[in-house]
Amino acid sequence: MFSSFMLNTWEAATIVAIVAGVVGFFTVLRGAAFAAHALPVGAFAGAAAATLVGVSTLLGFGAFSLLGALTISALGRRARSDVATALAVVMMLGLGSLFLSLTSEYAQQVYSLLFGQVLGVSTNELLPTAVLAAVCVLGVAVLYRPLLWSSVAPAASEARGVSAARMELAFLLVVAVATTMAVPVVGTLLVFTLLISPAAAARSFSANPMVAMALSVLLALATVWSSIALSYETNLPVGFFVGSIGAATYAMSRLWVAARGRRRVPAPARPAAVAG
Amino acid sequence: MRDVTERSAEILAVEGVSVSLGGREVLHDVKFHFGAGEFIGLIGSNGAGKTTLLRVILGLVEPTAGRVLLGGKPRSRRNPLVGYVPQQIGLDPDMPIRARDLVGMGLDGHRFGIPLPSARRTALIDEMLDAVDALRFADSRVGSLSGGEQQRVMIAHALISRPRLLLLDEPLANLDIRSEQEVVTLVAGIARQQGVAVLISAHDMNPLLPVMDHVVYVAAGRVASGPTDEVVTTEALSRLYGHRVDVIHVNGRVLVVAGRENEGLHGDGHDLDQFATGA
Amino acid sequence: MTLTSLGSWFFEPGFFSNSPVRVALTIGAIAAVVSGVVGVFTVMRGQSFAGHSLADIGTAGGSAAFLVGANPLYGFVAMNLLAAGAMELLGVRRPRGRDVATGIVLGASLGLAALFLYWDTTSTSTTGATVNVLFGSIFTLPASMVPVVAGFSVAALALIAVLYRPLLLSSLSSDLAAARGVPVGLVGLGFLVALALAVSLCAITIGAILSTALLVGPAAIALRLTRRTGVAILVACAIGVGATWVGIVLAYDSYAWTTSHTAWPVSFFVVTLIFVSYVAVDLATGRRSRRPRLSASR
Repeated sequence: MFSSFMLNTWEAATIVAIVAGVVGFFTVLRGAAFAAHALPVGAFAGAAAATLVGVSTLLGFGAFSLLGALTISALGRRARSDVATALAVVMMLGLGSLFLSLTSEYAQQVYSLLFGQVLGVSTNELLPTAVLAAVCVLGVAVLYRPLLWSSVAPAASEARGVSAARMELAFLLVVAVATTMAVPVVGTLLVFTLLISPAAAARSFSANPMVAMALSVLLALATVWSSIALSYETNLPVGFFVGSIGAATYAMSRLWVAARGRRRVPAPARPAAVAG
Repeated sequence: MRDVTERSAEILAVEGVSVSLGGREVLHDVKFHFGAGEFIGLIGSNGAGKTTLLRVILGLVEPTAGRVLLGGKPRSRRNPLVGYVPQQIGLDPDMPIRARDLVGMGLDGHRFGIPLPSARRTALIDEMLDAVDALRFADSRVGSLSGGEQQRVMIAHALISRPRLLLLDEPLANLDIRSEQEVVTLVAGIARQQGVAVLISAHDMNPLLPVMDHVVYVAAGRVASGPTDEVVTTEALSRLYGHRVDVIHVNGRVLVVAGRENEGLHGDGHDLDQFATGA
Repeated sequence: MTLTSLGSWFFEPGFFSNSPVRVALTIGAIAAVVSGVVGVFTVMRGQSFAGHSLADIGTAGGSAAFLVGANPLYGFVAMNLLAAGAMELLGVRRPRGRDVATGIVLGASLGLAALFLYWDTTSTSTTGATVNVLFGSIFTLPASMVPVVAGFSVAALALIAVLYRPLLLSSLSSDLAAARGVPVGLVGLGFLVALALAVSLCAITIGAILSTALLVGPAAIALRLTRRTGVAILVACAIGVGATWVGIVLAYDSYAWTTSHTAWPVSFFVVTLIFVSYVAVDLATGRRSRRPRLSASR
């Protein structure tokens, strides 16, 4: 599995995992489950369109993810709870299925776009992927402090001039880029898991945000590497391993928390009676 | 051109501010001002307009009339002069953020990039945490702290950037009496030390009486401000409410109760029983 | 234009005499009616995300059924009932979309579905399992499934009929209902069972990952138009059946649209019709109160 033609895959997998770990940290912090689900679905429709038209699927992923990010940002808070947006997300899936049904390899394309494939990233897509990843990670590094502040204390930071709306848009764009990279490898339906599980598990192990983010990256790497390895050996789909390993990782982190017992700071004793 | 002493002394000036939200006038012609280092209570029952007023001062809501001056200058978006402790803190228990991280954000959260470890930064954070007696849980997850502890961390987070004005939105709302006194003493103490003006909103003024310099009393979108014993009187408040209210002093506490049924006007939409405040 | 020529413009030749089409129309209508009824309650009770979760979890069941040579419907029903039971046991009747644990469970289910579908395509003789389970393949449903579908729908509708009043009351306010002696827990569980069945029926009609559209869409539209539960149910059923039937007709017709003779998927049409209808109604009624207010009147 470490032959030269698999090198591509390992490089792509590593890049995807690093980005997923970094972006996932903020996704979990902000509770951005909707974006993490909706943007990959948009990407799916984009890739389907690209396949039909004959353009690079990476372009399709990217274009639709970006559009999705801008739309969600424009809709604001409404985006998360509206029936219309839930229906719009389903429509994207339907649209994707339409585009693929008009190609010659309907079933196979549907499968690989939804559940990912080991050789998901071709050689000529590796460089653009790496560039996108660098942009993404750099972007997060630059935005780190205001984004963290806005995610943790939105009202207080807004009062000091950190625009929550601008941070939300920046965050969505970052997720869009992460989505673009991850869908070819792990599949539309499993990008969510890759973004969420490593970060969710990591935060149980450390209260220090930088450490938690680093752990998130490590766990994402472990998840993706083992998924690729197992998929290569057994021929079973990558998405299956991402889903199961992700769930297992998260379950273990919860067990760890339960076993250790959450250490609470002893509060000063409250008097039973009113003083004075 | 305001002269220097006047400008630096007057930390907050609200001039003729009116706010309409959803077609309804929530605040009408609000005027008051106060100077550096003063401790002001923004008193009123729920729905009177306190939170809206705070949001106008914070620049989160645009007034339909009037303006707000901070340190003599009109309110702008990014204002390092103001520290804010919101009412709902809402910290997720699983969040990987320690108390010292949250306080650190108050220091440089608005700057881009990653915080580089520095002894000076750590010292500043430790110092601030110590001032609010939170140093012992500096490395604990903020979400696992009690409500009162979280509040102290938020106060440290607001004060570490050395603002000239500190706004606290209903900090005493869910605390027992002893904790109320602790918070008030803490805030008043630090404020005096750092020369920070404080504006605390509350629906019960009694815990604030010992430390308040002035009161800004809000009722039905209108405001009466000035020294406590001038504003909190039967005459002044009855005029403010538009109907009879009685101010009763009991053992150093103040009670504001609605007048008898057949006196004055009702019907401005408030439940009159709500007006009975005080311990 | 005469009625017959209008008819022949809309319906491609052979539509009504085509047996799979008749089966599709029947099953589609039944599924739409059940989802109209159950969907209205789902939206009122704020359990739309529970419906979505069941759909995702059910995918694993549907794809497993394929492996043993059974119709995916049995797989969906079995898996959904299990999941509903688990939700009840763990006390998560209203899973929130933001919850990490829920998302991870859904991800694991979809991963499992990936596994089963892979085995389906490599080991069984039937092709197109992926498309069938995920996006539906209503024209390939055999006529023998009609009584099965009818059976499940009667069960679901009967549940709702029996629970109607207490369900309505506990949807308005569970505290009020409990005070009136309604066994809120039992009613909730009964509803979850009906939901599990409804989601399964939607899944075989338009596919597992698109099924929420049929469950929630017509109901949401109906609740924008009326506050009366009974009327909302009728409207939701009408919209659901309408969208499904028109979708089937368009899909059948689309075969003739291109020279390559590839038909467009039914599920695509149904979902698009529902989405467009929702947006149209949303714009027409303006942004009124978001929460549909309930009324116990029929």
